[in-house]
Amino acid sequence: MADQSDYSEKLHAMRPTLLRLAQFQLRNAAWAEDAVSETLLAALEGAGRFAQNSKLQTWVVGILKHKVLDQLRLRRRECEYEAPADDDDGIEERVFAADGHFRELPQHWETPADALQRVQFFQVLEMCMDALPGQLGRVFLMREWLELDSEAICQELSITSTNLWKMLSRARLRLRQCLLTHWFDPRTS
Amino acid sequence: MKRPLLRSCREISALLLAREDRKLSWPERLVIRVHFLVCEACPRFERQVLAMRGAFDAWRAYRDD
Repeated sequence: MADQSDYSEKLHAMRPTLLRLAQFQLRNAAWAEDAVSETLLAALEGAGRFAQNSKLQTWVVGILKHKVLDQLRLRRRECEYEAPADDDDGIEERVFAADGHFRELPQHWETPADALQRVQFFQVLEMCMDALPGQLGRVFLMREWLELDSEAICQELSITSTNLWKMLSRARLRLRQCLLTHWFDPRTS
Repeated sequence: MKRPLLRSCREISALLLAREDRKLSWPERLVIRVHFLVCEACPRFERQVLAMRGAFDAWRAYRDD
């Protein structure tokens, strides 16, 4: 019984982290809340299936990913997924000159030196992912966090592969620009 | 009319980003190789794209595990 309450406490302690992850992907607090509640319920009911030799967080996040995908399917009609118009956010104009060349020579990026710097870098990366507009953020994280391939994302969202690739490229370019501004550019640090 | 082999950095960088999500065709891979022969900026951009790939993978492991 003590084991069971210890297990429940560990699950409860994970809730803020799970909420943050679900919110990242779903971009909607209520949907994230639903996904996390269902995850914790499934983890409590499935306590017997949790293998003690694996990490609890890894197992629970695995459940969360399925619940988040369920939410995406459930809410699909509430989200419009359209490829952004060409350079609708002006990002390409900031990166490239009119002749198509880079405005500034891309610089060498140092990898974070130690664990502390690594955590700080991830905080900046998460801020940049948070700053992606709703559709781009959802699609990008389906690819990079849920690890769905292009075909699966197109199927889930009923969009063409051309539209998907356009959205993902735009998201990656925006993330590069954000990381450049908030982490790699010595002039802004 | 066939398009010239030499493309702008803007077009090449779009291909380098697209390569993260789909397999490029051989003509696309060829224009990248030709462009890299005459461009200093795009190979650097490619290294940044690879650095972002590493960062996303590390972030996912950090968050999941």
